Amino acid sequence: MNFPLFLRGVLVVARKDMRIYYRKAPVYIFGLLLPAFLFVAFFVGRQLDFSTYFPGFLAMTLFFTSSSVGPLIVPWEKQTGTFERLLSMPVNLTTIVLGDILAGALFGLIISTLIGVLGVLALGLSVTNVLLLGLLFVLGNICFAALGELISSTGGRTPSNVMMLSTLIRFPLLFISGVFVSLSAMTGASAVISYFSPLTYLVDGLNASMGQTSVFVWAVDVLILLLFTVLFVFATIRVLRRNLMKGL
Amino acid sequence: MEAIEATELTKCFGEILAVDHVNFQVKKGEIFGLLGPNGAGKTTTIRMLTGIMEPDAGSVLIEGINLAKHPLEAKMRMGCIPEVGNVYQDLSARENLDLVGRFYGLSKHERESRSEELLAALGLSDRGDDYVRKFSKGMRQRVSIACAIIHRPAVLFLDEPTEGLDVQSRRIIIDLVKKMNAQGSTIVWTTHNIEEANRLCQRVCIINKGRIVAVEAPEKLRRTYESIQTVEVAFDGNVDASWFAFGHISSIEPSGDKWRFRTDDPDEAVKGIVKIAGDKGLKIISIATVGPSLEDIFVKLTEGGV
Repeated sequence: MNFPLFLRGVLVVARKDMRIYYRKAPVYIFGLLLPAFLFVAFFVGRQLDFSTYFPGFLAMTLFFTSSSVGPLIVPWEKQTGTFERLLSMPVNLTTIVLGDILAGALFGLIISTLIGVLGVLALGLSVTNVLLLGLLFVLGNICFAALGELISSTGGRTPSNVMMLSTLIRFPLLFISGVFVSLSAMTGASAVISYFSPLTYLVDGLNASMGQTSVFVWAVDVLILLLFTVLFVFATIRVLRRNLMKGL
Repeated sequence: MEAIEATELTKCFGEILAVDHVNFQVKKGEIFGLLGPNGAGKTTTIRMLTGIMEPDAGSVLIEGINLAKHPLEAKMRMGCIPEVGNVYQDLSARENLDLVGRFYGLSKHERESRSEELLAALGLSDRGDDYVRKFSKGMRQRVSIACAIIHRPAVLFLDEPTEGLDVQSRRIIIDLVKKMNAQGSTIVWTTHNIEEANRLCQRVCIINKGRIVAVEAPEKLRRTYESIQTVEVAFDGNVDASWFAFGHISSIEPSGDKWRFRTDDPDEAVKGIVKIAGDKGLKIISIATVGPSLEDIFVKLTEGGV
């Protein structure tokens, strides 16, 4: 492996994604408007302690934004006929996957950081562990960008269909991961189910970093998010390799 | 060292053997044509040669570099216009060139100067900053070829690059490819246009049903081409094919409102057809001798006769 060539490929793929896909409407509809509507639906008109739910809301925003770019890229490129050309460039499958994930993660990082900073400043919320918050932002965005890329690798060449699939997968995760119901309040089957969602560990870690009640030790949250990230990246490469020519 | 060496290339899609143990070499500086009808396996072969698709078996060497083992290094030496190889329509022509230049590690100065040079050569200087989505098909294809050669590749793969283009775009692309070749690039040109291959290529490789049926200089193929002639006749009444079963006619088939008579001696065939038409009281509305289609040549090459 020629590492400089590989790294250059990753960065150029990410740059290409940022130039083209950051401007696409579905990214904003599924990545920004959807969590905003969910926030409004859940919080407005209810007497809730916002500081308690802010880590969950932040996790939801991060989750939606970082996973909104990935599902669009491969189907869009297959549909417009640019994917085959991309494959002929000095890149390999891993380069493309990592570049796409980097673009998705950066988008999520920018938006979630903005929301996080605004929330903390406007509401006077405290951050008890800034380093952990930063680590979770980086790791969470990479993890969910990789989830988005995994969804896009399923082989469809119609972006709207893949975006619907992505919503179908992302929505249920919201309701089992402690965004709307505190993780510490979950018991029995709901608690067990929540352990299978990567979002659970982001919500829990953010709770820990912002002085709220957390269920796990923060290191466990970080470790499990890391494991999910590795799993999503390898699964994406494997699935995309199988579906590479599908839709070309 | 050859520019390209394909050895035992094989690809299956389910139970369909799309490319069947294909072997060929392309010399440095050669323009090499890959000819075949739709579905013959040309595009699958090109995809394996360019690293877009992994072969099930066999190997590809690009200037001695094994594509499977060192894909990035091998791809650095090639440029490619894939069959479905559009450029990014949400970027301008110049932005597309800049993006591709970055993939090949060109410096900012190289990207800018080479972009200007190529846009001028392709007649797009005044449209360089326009979004590609506003371009015609021919203009998009010109941007596509500019992207393929911005890094001056040693080996250039073009999968039916002139298909469906206007005369002007076709001429510009062919001239540019000839210029690249004159500067030392090896060209692999895929087409099903036999005349285009004849004009451009030093050798052609004919693929049919996933197999190579001939690797020849075009003139040799041309001789084969000329040895099979078809007489196309329109009559004013009903015709029974068995009336024309005489020595110089090898096959007869209806083609729209005409009949096609394949022959190795058009003179004798025409005389015979005219005589039989007279005997049967048929009026000949039109008569013409035409060269065979590519399919005719494939029949000849793969089945040993028509």
